[in-house]
Formats: sequence, structure tokens, C-alpha cells
Amino acid sequence: MTPALSVRNLRIEIPTRRGVLTAIDDLSFDIAPGEVLGMVGESGAGKSITGSAVIGLLEPPGRVAGGEIHLAGERIDHLPPERMRHIRGKRIGMIFQDPLTSLNPLYRIGDQLVETIMTHQRMTTAEARDKAQRLLEEVGIPAAKTRLSSYPHQFSGGMRQRVVIALALAADPELVIADEPTTALDVSVQAQIIALLKRLCAERGAAVMLITHDMGVIAETADRVCVLYAGRLAELGPVRDVVKHPQHPYTIGLMSAIPSLTGDPDEALAQIPGSMPRLGAIPAGCAFNPRCGYRFDPCTVERPPPYDAGAGEAACFLHAPAFARQAPAETLRQADAAGIQLSIPNGEAAR
Amino acid sequence: MIAFAIKRFVQALGVMLVVALISFMMFRFVGDPVNQLVGVDTPPAERAALREALGLNDPVMLQFGRFVVKAAQFDFGISYQFKQPVASLIASRLPATLELSFVSALFALAVGVPMGVYTGLYRNTLLARGFLAVSLIGVSLPTFLIGILLIFAVSVNLGWLPSFGRGETVNLGGVWNTGLLTKSGLQSLILPSITLGLFQMTLIMRLVRGEMLEVLRTDYIKFARARGLSRRAINFGHALKNTLVPVITITGLQLGSIIAFAIITETVFQWPGMGLLFLQAVQNVDIPIMAAYLLLIAFLFVTINFIVDLLYVAVDPRIRIGGRTAG
Repeated sequence: MTPALSVRNLRIEIPTRRGVLTAIDDLSFDIAPGEVLGMVGESGAGKSITGSAVIGLLEPPGRVAGGEIHLAGERIDHLPPERMRHIRGKRIGMIFQDPLTSLNPLYRIGDQLVETIMTHQRMTTAEARDKAQRLLEEVGIPAAKTRLSSYPHQFSGGMRQRVVIALALAADPELVIADEPTTALDVSVQAQIIALLKRLCAERGAAVMLITHDMGVIAETADRVCVLYAGRLAELGPVRDVVKHPQHPYTIGLMSAIPSLTGDPDEALAQIPGSMPRLGAIPAGCAFNPRCGYRFDPCTVERPPPYDAGAGEAACFLHAPAFARQAPAETLRQADAAGIQLSIPNGEAAR
Repeated sequence: MIAFAIKRFVQALGVMLVVALISFMMFRFVGDPVNQLVGVDTPPAERAALREALGLNDPVMLQFGRFVVKAAQFDFGISYQFKQPVASLIASRLPATLELSFVSALFALAVGVPMGVYTGLYRNTLLARGFLAVSLIGVSLPTFLIGILLIFAVSVNLGWLPSFGRGETVNLGGVWNTGLLTKSGLQSLILPSITLGLFQMTLIMRLVRGEMLEVLRTDYIKFARARGLSRRAINFGHALKNTLVPVITITGLQLGSIIAFAIITETVFQWPGMGLLFLQAVQNVDIPIMAAYLLLIAFLFVTINFIVDLLYVAVDPRIRIGGRTAG
């Protein structure tokens, strides 16, 4: 089946006064129709910028410097602005982080919905208003008919995010990019909004690119996860496998850093030493190598491409048979203990 | 909404009373009013009679009360120099100043807002940079210099437009002399309005530009783009409307100052308005005219502010008082 979204070798550059920064380097992933792909990573790892690139709204001077983006088999990264505009909102919907600022404060909710609907579909104003009301009902806003003539400031944060979802889904897009849709919301509302988003997209068969740094949200919602580090793919795989049996040292560090309810409260939380490099100072070889406990010779020289690892793929030389043989026995033993499924035969690993 | 309007109205009344007090005190501080009215050789008995007739021996509060009541009925006394009622003097000059001011404000808005939007949207183009450079001249050159330069270039060298006066006027209903209905009147209006409005125009342009840059960065503009709305709908529907509140504030306040500071432009172009009248009054220490002028300008400011407050409410629903609250 043709994927709803296919990103191939994407490279995003940001020219600055002190040289060109590479925000995304050689990133490839697919999202099947109806699938939810979670994008996780630290701040600055390139999650949001990937979403912006897909919908064609990179902030200048950022630009797509290489690779291709295909929407349902059709290449969209090089379309002229006016054609791309017709895809935005109609075929790709986007939800932003802060519902308090996503809606224009000076226009009634109904007018913003009608405006969006009529931009993409041939309808009379009355039909568009009917549709707007149905959308509001679908996202669970009570008394939808009267709420159409309310202003954004008359809604609470959670209600506003429901309106934002209604706006993003107004033209039944085949792909929805949700950029941290719950980060700005009250914890008690987050679960409702995520469930709502997931249900509405499933009903419509829309693929979802869910950008977040909340592993809990990912674990509950996503079908597959894409872990980014310093603008590069670290690990990509089915959500259960990535959460339970992470294969990339960075993902292992991330998962062990999640606080647990059953853990010893006096014990310090696990953390990955150091911090993610700035875009201008990404080390040679694997971007994660200075912080990695399993580092060996090729890691500081050559950049690892994604290798098959467990049920998914991981960009780590431990998964490359040719390189893993060079690793010291101690490193291999530790990796095996950490649950990394080494690609070399058992006998050799236990060497 | 009505409660809001009434509240603002009461506040406006308070401001007017304070200004009335200041202009009332002017009569006292600039010397004995009786001395201004009579000759040097007037006998003391006559002076005393005049003092009594003018009510100058009454308690100050009573005099102030009388001043306010009279002012409210547009009775500002008799001009010392013209020996005519101040109210009719001002009424004969007011149309000239108001027409000049409103045309200037209109010019400033009609040119300033589009230029501001353009420079905000296409800030890196050559034309936008050119607008900004020109606006620096508008902000930094003093009004009288602009006026004289315009006269020199357009009237003296090119001979296209008259350099002074108001041209022919048409009397409307016996109270309003308008220059807007005759060709020479309109021609005479062009140079003074540009002179008076240029500063405001550059101010509005820079303000709209700044606000546009600010608004274009907001999340709701990003979201509007992500919804695939057309550029026109985004720039003029969503962005421009959000820049309007500060623009209305500044335009309102500036309209007041345009009227108040038309003095310089009126002098340069010999425009027969209130500003010219006021300058003559200052030279001749004609207190009643000065006091009336002060009150009138304060009244205009207060009225404009009142209208501006009501306009906010029309533009921005969040300012509306007593609206339904979040559910």
C-alpha cells in the first residue's frame, strides 16, 4: 500500500551568519494510512521542524536542502507555494502546541471554521455553517450551535484545543501533524484530547504524525515511534518494542530516565550524562558518541546509517555485523545485558 | 456596554473640569484683567465699577462656577483685542482648522496604513527599504521646514499649487465656510495637509509595520497558514485587523495633536484657522481667546479619546464588558 506520508533522505538546512546549520540530516520514515507515528526527541532534536517541512511552512531562512517528501505517492516538497497552499488544510491538517494562541482572538469560532471550510470545499455559507456545527459536535463541544458565535477567549484551554482539532480536520485531511498537542494543557485534559484526536483520525482513516516529548502519550497513542537525536534518526520501530526493548543506546537512556511509580523514591533518577550537542557543533561520526557508554572505534569516525535492529531499525554500529565484531568484549557484554539484540552470532558475542 | 460608555463619559467630564480650572486661573496669573481692558488714564472709581460689574470681587469658587457655566454655554467673554465675543471669533475660524486637520489625518491614514502593511509584509524588498528611508525624513524634519520646502518646490518653482490662503470658500447654512467644494479651495488644501500630515503618516506607517511584523509571528497566523487560507485572507483579514487597536489609539491621539499643532502649518501657509487666531492672541495677551482655545482643544482631545474607547470595543471582543464568559 502507498504510505500516506513518505519522507526520504530529508535534509533541512538553516543558513546563518556563522555557516550553514544542518537541522535535519538524512531522515527517512513512512506513515501508513490510518497509522499514528510518534516523533520523540529532546528540544532542538528536529521534531517540529520536520513537521513544518512536511506541511511546507519552514520558517525562512530554513530550507529543504535535500531528499523528498511524498504525500500519498505524490511528491510535494518542490511544489510552487500556491499549489502547496491548496494541500495545506485540505490534505494535511496541523495542530499546534498552544491552543490559547492558535485561534485569532478577533474572530468568532464559527467564522474561523466557515472560512477554513469554504477555502477548501465548494459550499454555500449555510452549508459550511452546518458542517462547522457538526464538527464542533464531533469534537465534543456542548451547545455547538450557540458556541459557533463565541469568541476564542470565551473558551477554556481544553475546549480551545478541541476547536483547533475541529479546524485541522475541517477538510478531512489524509495526514494530520500534531505538534505537541497536549503540552500546554492541564494534565487532566491531556488524556481526553489525545483520545479524541486518535478517535477522529481513526474514523477518517487519517495518518497522524504525533510530535511530542511525552513518552506516556506516545506509548498510549502511537503505533510506531521515531526517535530523533540532533536532527538524525536514532531509532524507528513499533511502539511496544521501542519502549520495552530499545535498541539504540540513546533510546535505552531515554527509557531508563522515565520516573516510575514503583521505584525507590530515594534513588536518583537515571540520566544520560552530558547534553545534546548544538547544531553547529555536532561531533564527527555518530552524533551521540560523546555521551554513549558503548562507544568504540568507528563511532567517532563514521556516521552509522540505520541498521535492522530488533523489530525496527537503529542507527548504531552495534547492529552492524561488520563493525560489532571490532567492539571490545566488555562493551558487547554490557550491550547484551542492556537488552541490545546484537547482530553477530552468540558465540562471537560471548567471546 | 452602556455602563462602560457612561463611566468613560463621567471621567471625561472630570478631565474637562480640571482643564477649565487651569484656563480660569490664567486670567489671574497674567495680571489684573481690568488693566487689560481699560486705558492707562482710567480713574480708580471707574476701574472699581468695572471690577464689580465683571464680578471680580466675588469669591473665587463663585467666579469659577460662573466661568464653567458660561463656558458650557459657549460664552467665553469678549476678546480684548477684537472687542468681539470669543465664541463667534472661534466659530468663524474653526471650520478652516477642522477641514485642514481631517484632510491631513485622512491623508496620513490612507497613505500610512498601506505603506505600513507593505513594508511589514515585504520588509526586505528595495521598495520597503525606500519607504523606511523616506519615513525617517518625515519623522526628523520639522513641520515648518517641510512646509517651506513644499512651497519652494511646488508653488514657486513649478507653480502648480497656491502657496498660501484657503482659496474660495462656500458658505454652508450660514455657519460653516467650506473650502472643500471649490477647485481653488481644494488646491489650496493639498500642500498644508501634506505638511501637517506627513509626520503622522510616517508615524502610522512605522506603527503598522511594527505591529504587522509582531502579528505575523504569532501562532494564529501560523495556524491560519497551516489551514491553507489565501495570502489575502491571512494578511488583510487576520493580520491587519489585529494591528488595528494600537493604530486606532495613536490615530485618535494624533488627530488631537494635529488640530492643536496646526498652529505652525497655519502660520507657514497663512491658513485662516484657529492656530493663527491663537498666535495673535498670545502676542496681544488676549486671555479670553487663549482660555477658550485651551478648553476647546481639551474638549476635542477628550471627545476623540471617548470615541477611540468605543472603537476598541467594536474591534476587539475581549474588551467588551459583561460578555459571556468561558464554559
